[in-house]
Amino acid sequence: MSLLLANNRTFGNTRLDQFLSYLASENTGKKFSKIALSLIVPLMALVIFLGLWSVGAKNVQTSLGVLPGPAQVWEQSVVLYQEHIAEQEKESKFYERQEKRNAKKLEKNPDAKVKIRNYTGPATFFDQILTSLYTVGIGFLIGSIIAIPIGIMLGMNSVLYKAFNPIIQIFKPVSPLAWLPIVTMVVSALYVSDDPMFSKSFLTSAITVTLCSLWPTIINTTVGVSGVSKDLMNVSRVLRLNWVTKTIKIVLPSSLPMIFTGLRLSLGIGWMVLIAAEMLAQNPGLGKFVWDEFQNGSSNSLARIMVAVVAIGLIGFMLDRIMLMLQKWLSWDKHAVLR
Amino acid sequence: MSSYLNIDHVSITFPTDNGPLNVLDNVNLKMKQGEFVSLIGHSGCGKSTVLNIVAGLLQATKGGVLLENREVNEPGPDRAVIFQNHSLMPWLSVYDNVRLAVDQVFKRSKSRQERHEWTLHNLELVHMTHALDRKPDEISGGMKQRVGIARALAMEPKVLLMDEPFGALDSLTRTHMQDSLMEIQSDLNNTVIMITHDVDEAVLLSDRIVMMSNGPSATVGEILDIELERPRDRLSLAEDPKFNHYRAEVVKFLHERHNQPVRVDSDSAKELDEENVPGLRLAAG
Ligand SMILES: Nc1ncnc2c1ncn2[C@@H]1O[C@H](COP(=O)(O)OP(=O)(O)OP(=O)(O)O)[C@@H](O)[C@H]1O
Ligand SMILES: [Mg+2]
Repeated sequence: MSLLLANNRTFGNTRLDQFLSYLASENTGKKFSKIALSLIVPLMALVIFLGLWSVGAKNVQTSLGVLPGPAQVWEQSVVLYQEHIAEQEKESKFYERQEKRNAKKLEKNPDAKVKIRNYTGPATFFDQILTSLYTVGIGFLIGSIIAIPIGIMLGMNSVLYKAFNPIIQIFKPVSPLAWLPIVTMVVSALYVSDDPMFSKSFLTSAITVTLCSLWPTIINTTVGVSGVSKDLMNVSRVLRLNWVTKTIKIVLPSSLPMIFTGLRLSLGIGWMVLIAAEMLAQNPGLGKFVWDEFQNGSSNSLARIMVAVVAIGLIGFMLDRIMLMLQKWLSWDKHAVLR
Repeated sequence: MSSYLNIDHVSITFPTDNGPLNVLDNVNLKMKQGEFVSLIGHSGCGKSTVLNIVAGLLQATKGGVLLENREVNEPGPDRAVIFQNHSLMPWLSVYDNVRLAVDQVFKRSKSRQERHEWTLHNLELVHMTHALDRKPDEISGGMKQRVGIARALAMEPKVLLMDEPFGALDSLTRTHMQDSLMEIQSDLNNTVIMITHDVDEAVLLSDRIVMMSNGPSATVGEILDIELERPRDRLSLAEDPKFNHYRAEVVKFLHERHNQPVRVDSDSAKELDEENVPGLRLAAG
């Protein structure tokens, strides 16, 4: 379906004809209604949405011109793609030239020192997407590696839970953006290295994601672990399972759904916060793209920002689906309805 | 007197919102090895509490439990528990559920191959080898309970503790399970404590029936010796006057005398004499 939409030919005659003839070949009304529900209805909603958008947008006059409709946004996404391709070409040409130059140098004098420089062109829209994905991935990973064990410990030990619950409850509602200045200062103070493996801006963004993805995972893991059936815990006591076996064989499998609920919440929040953090701190990523376009203020800026908005939404959706797939793959209960 | 399992002056008090609740008061029971005892009593009187204290899952406030003259104060596989709702790990297959227990109990004493065979052997005892790879959700309630029994038997426990093992089953499945249990019991001769609400089940399976008085502060009311020949057959027993007498005794206790656990009821003693049935005696009187 998305492919059809992307090609913008949904209502092209040939496709429609093909589709109708396919429907006609299925003489069962049941099948039709099933297809109608899963395909046509969402499609119609989308068409209505696009229609309302393009009509409504025309009536909004901003200082940067008329609010762009779907057509302009589509146009700009093509432009952004072309810019990316052009930049890639430039880059490969740069390396080609550098290689040639160095080869020539070496031919003349085999002992000559050759300089190999990295290409430093402007980051394109797609580069920024990759940066943001990488940042959210690392930040989320670190957050989860910290949060799941903490959640398990708090869930298994009610004293620890009582001790740490107030702290968690206080930190949970803090907007991670409030952390951003502190994280920035701490990173600049502590991360001093001549040849840094990661750039400071990357670390700041990633740590901010980590900070906000901690809480939902800790809380949901704790709830999941403390909700493990008492009978199963009694079985493990009767068997005298040590805590490693108990955790692997009983606690983790039965709290897996809750852990994943936490992880999915975390990743969703992490993705949202990352974009805002990038805007605020001018760290590379999609957020910076949006901010730069906003500062740029050309007539195409709004359309380009909207491309970014759609991309952010699609990526967020995709990240959630990936987590869902992971959950389905790990889950012991293959019949459970996950959504 | 030395006994295999000795529940010795056990009392337990739970702290509750309305102050301490004395659930069990001075419960005494001595069991021989290989004996099958049923616990029967009204709901909420404290049967599960007794069982959990023997299992080591709960600690008695006063008194204690001795198994082979050694005090038990923590749970262990020598006192396997079969829970009412089977308590199988839903993410493990039938085989793996039993194997988990086998691996744990015979970590050192059996080789891999031996543990595999022992797992299969126990599943064979309960006729479950046809569904080794199925998950608990994919088998019936009776089958789940069979697997639970196999898991408990596989631990080679000194005492088997069953908390209403067949309570959640329909009556037909329940009779099958009772027959299976009698069959297994005649082979293995385990020492068993079983909680039940089913009078027929108690009489059919037990060597003794322990009837508990009502709570709070519940204790052993009466103990009824069941002297019926083994193997027992439910069909022929149905017309056996002894069987029906035992049944009646339990029903009477539950519905007439459960409030006066210690008082001697002379009428019923006379009745016993007349019918010449031995067995009814008063506990801790
Ligand atoms: N941890 C606890 N804290 C407070 N009260 C408890 C606790 N465990 C059990 N009780 C109380 O002890 C009494 C006996 O409970 P128990 O579960 O042993 O009854 P039971 O005879 O097994 O009942 P049933 O036949 O319904 O299973 C009940 O009144 C119950 O409320
Ligand atoms: Mg009970």
